[in-house]
Amino acid sequence: MSNEAVLHGSHVDTSHHADAHHGDHHDHHHHQSFISKYVFSQDHKMIAKQFLITGMVWAVVGGLMSVIFRIQLGYPEASYHWLTDILGDINKNWVTKEGRITADAYYAMVTTHGTVLVFFVLTAGLSGTFANFLIPLQIGARDMASPFMNMLSYWFFFAASVVMMSSIFVESGPFSGGWTAYPPLSALGDASPGSKTGMDMWLIAMALFVVSSLLGGLNYIATVLNMRTKGMSMTRLPLTIWALFFTAVLGVLSFPVLFSGFILLIFDRNFGTSFYLSDIFLSSTNTALPNEGGSAILYQHLFWFLGHPEVYIILLPAMGMVSEILSTNARKPIFGYMAMIGSLFAIVILAFLVWAHHMFVTGLNPFLGSIFVLLTLLIAVPSAIKVFNWLTTLWRGNIRFTPAMLFAIGFVSLFISGGLTGIWLGNSALDIHLHDTYFVIAHFHIVMGVASMFGMFAGIYHWYPKMYGRYLNNTLSYIHFWLTMIGAYLIFWPMHYEGLAGMPRRYYDYSIWESFKQFAELNRFISTVAMIVFAVQILFLINFFYSIWKGRKVTSQNPWGSTTLEWTTPINPGHGNWPGEIPEVYRWAYDYGKDGHEFIPQTQPVGENESHH
Amino acid sequence: MSMFFTIAVIVLVFLIIFQIAKASEYVAVLKGEERGRRQQNKVNGFLMIGFLVLGLVGVYVCNEMFYHKTLLAHESASVQGEKVDSMLWVTLIVTGVVFIITQIILFWFSYRYQESDNRKAFYFPHNNTMELVWTVVPAIALTVLVVIGLRNWFTFTSEAPKEAMKVEVTGKQFGWIFRYAGKDKEFGKKYFRNIDEAASNSLGQIWDDPKNFDDVVVTQTMYIVKNKPVELIINSRDVIHDVGLSHFRLKMDAVPGTPTTLWFTPKFTTKEMKEKTGNPNFQYEISCDQMCGNGHYSMKGVIEVVTQLEYDAWFAKQKPNYFAAFPDKDPANAQPAAPAAGADTTAAKAVAAAAH
Ligand code: HEM
Ligand SMILES: [Cu+2]
Ligand SMILES: [Cu+2]
Repeated sequence: MSNEAVLHGSHVDTSHHADAHHGDHHDHHHHQSFISKYVFSQDHKMIAKQFLITGMVWAVVGGLMSVIFRIQLGYPEASYHWLTDILGDINKNWVTKEGRITADAYYAMVTTHGTVLVFFVLTAGLSGTFANFLIPLQIGARDMASPFMNMLSYWFFFAASVVMMSSIFVESGPFSGGWTAYPPLSALGDASPGSKTGMDMWLIAMALFVVSSLLGGLNYIATVLNMRTKGMSMTRLPLTIWALFFTAVLGVLSFPVLFSGFILLIFDRNFGTSFYLSDIFLSSTNTALPNEGGSAILYQHLFWFLGHPEVYIILLPAMGMVSEILSTNARKPIFGYMAMIGSLFAIVILAFLVWAHHMFVTGLNPFLGSIFVLLTLLIAVPSAIKVFNWLTTLWRGNIRFTPAMLFAIGFVSLFISGGLTGIWLGNSALDIHLHDTYFVIAHFHIVMGVASMFGMFAGIYHWYPKMYGRYLNNTLSYIHFWLTMIGAYLIFWPMHYEGLAGMPRRYYDYSIWESFKQFAELNRFISTVAMIVFAVQILFLINFFYSIWKGRKVTSQNPWGSTTLEWTTPINPGHGNWPGEIPEVYRWAYDYGKDGHEFIPQTQPVGENESHH
Repeated sequence: MSMFFTIAVIVLVFLIIFQIAKASEYVAVLKGEERGRRQQNKVNGFLMIGFLVLGLVGVYVCNEMFYHKTLLAHESASVQGEKVDSMLWVTLIVTGVVFIITQIILFWFSYRYQESDNRKAFYFPHNNTMELVWTVVPAIALTVLVVIGLRNWFTFTSEAPKEAMKVEVTGKQFGWIFRYAGKDKEFGKKYFRNIDEAASNSLGQIWDDPKNFDDVVVTQTMYIVKNKPVELIINSRDVIHDVGLSHFRLKMDAVPGTPTTLWFTPKFTTKEMKEKTGNPNFQYEISCDQMCGNGHYSMKGVIEVVTQLEYDAWFAKQKPNYFAAFPDKDPANAQPAAPAAGADTTAAKAVAAAAH
């Protein structure tokens, strides 16, 4: 379907670049009802905002849970009735009479925190927001290839959210076996209360989520491949688009495998099959189960075949936006554009070939393990290329520290810190010591969790003027950045030391352990910082929502002096993005500082005496 | 009440920050947006370099505070762990150097190249030589790390030496069961449907198999011998667990239905470690390192590393589990009047042998 047909439904045009011959296009969308404009909208910009705001709700829920379980880790002896009174209303098994949370509550919250932050915030909230918002705007299309599928993608996500949220309130509690949901624990209701109804709902929510991801991903791919405006060849695309495109490819190829893993798990749970189950005797019921011949490890292969690409699904959009923002605000082209695309491509390929590095200590064949060591450490090469290219982009620039730029610089710092510890963990002989300790927690929170969050913040700060036609408050933004940056390092850096002491992750209490209890004071410190950092995020949310209505109005079409197409639309673009013709593109997206010009927009034809690089 | 007070304070702080932020925006607009922006740029540029300096100091202070609480502060308690430690150091040095250089470059460039009227950004879209260098150099460094790593990996995962003692470790929600083969040095067969706690058969030993007659089953504490390789045969009775041996720098999952193995050579007795660490309560703890349910955090086992003599004395006191399951077969329970009553059964013979 062409762009124009997408908008008008009635008019079908078979040309891929239909936009070129619609000079007479006007923005005739006056009679939209509230429902079709804000709820069942098919405008990619509105869908992006829906993803963003739903993601924010989940970020608050997931973040709040981390604050609660960090309170338990930091202050295991204290009683906090004000909190347990509330939690007790949600689930009576979550609190003790002494005013503390129980292990059940702890594990339920750890699991929900992990699941929603990985999938609902940093996958749906990140890709969903920026792929939807930026792809049509930056490639010069009026909307997605299929706006209807796009709308469905959001509503499947919404349905997944409703189911996941409801699971928190069921009597036996939400799923509590960790976000990786390894069977047999996740398969057997008698092994853990969270594996009863809560797990059924977790699986339903995740299945809906996979559908949402696939609908979205296919749409993003189709749009990037087919709907670029005239002159926008693949090698003129901004790196954001490349990153979002690769992200969608990763998702489309790996989510179905996760889905199959879940289907087998559903069968084992409900229909008596033995894909993952064998030789099990449950102490809680004092019975041996009939299942024989299954392999619990099979699930882990299926899970991590998505699970590892998933970490890049989370990371690539952030990398793309950071590349874009660094270049724009350094007023210099991104260094090594082709190498940036090449390294993204290498990461995509390798992402499918390293999954078993999460399984070095499962009894994996040592030879197979060694292959995965090699391939895993190979990923560090394209990652290194990206880092060096970002650093060179800053070199001899003329840097403007917009809030987006600060978060982009913060991203690079975090990506370095967290990526380097990946080299420790990828070497199986070290992983055999560090696996499932706080070292892993430190590693993946820095490289994936916080870094991608920074990418997301950078994106929000950079494109907020395009989304809402207003600016965020700068002072609040700077406070937000610096406190979050300092806080993130204060929280996660010392965790490396806990990991080097062998301190296991997913522990509710360390006080009985002679080997790990020396960190009580440090845990208290980390928990306190975590609470402050959480409060700072609330400050950001206040800024975000206040500015939608009260922020300073954007008065210039291109506030950051960018070269890309989204800044050629009106300040508040309507459905269809460009009131007139879609602009044509004549150059790549990074002509900053060329031949003495501040910047040359992509829409400006190449001059006669312009230099070549 | 105190809760209400805290919330009130937080809200107040938020309001104040918010008002200041709003006011500063008005001021910026009044002063002229461009001038305000330039000032903010300077402040942030300065903060960049401040963050770098304080950050590096912080890294140092953090190390001073916590290094002695990690395992690196004491020698590894296993021969294999020494290799892990030396590899940790090599990796730390390689990645540490890269970390310090790149972070300094990142924040220094940010500070150094902040916006200024006297500079024009340098149009520098690519340079093949530079890109080649930073592809090849990391690749070489990583190759070195992979080679060291895989050599160790293949040693750790190699066959256990023949003289290694064998202990079977079984995880269950939420504790550990250890089995020793006894005099015949072979474990009897077991089948999970035979598990019956009430009948003292927590592993499902098949009593028709005579190899089971001398197998000793203990919980909580596992005894092993200093300087003698030990091979663990790891099982699970229900969900996945993990035998975490942080002082030995090793771990291995316990998977129901699929036994795994792990071997190592302990270097110090528990008593020696108490002295080395200066901690009179020191224990070699087995921590479960794989999420296994709501008691995961309490799934603790203990390893006592002792000398051969102490071990022999300990083992002599252990009774085969067979006697717990069939007390009437235990010579100790036999009537004093007829001391050799059951002694003609194969089981008792095996046991009599095992006890010596
Ligand atoms: C670049 C972005 C990266 C992301 C987003 C990422 C993400 C993650 C995540 C989520 C985990 C947690 C696994 C768990 O729950 O057990 C993890 C662990 C791991 N990461 Fe990364 N990682 C990245 C980079 C790297 C690099 C560069 C390497 C190696 C060179 C690496 C190697 C590993 C290994 C081996 C583990 C498994 C450790 C264990 O389970 O003990 N990662 N990573
Ligand atoms: Cu992975
Ligand atoms: Cu466990």
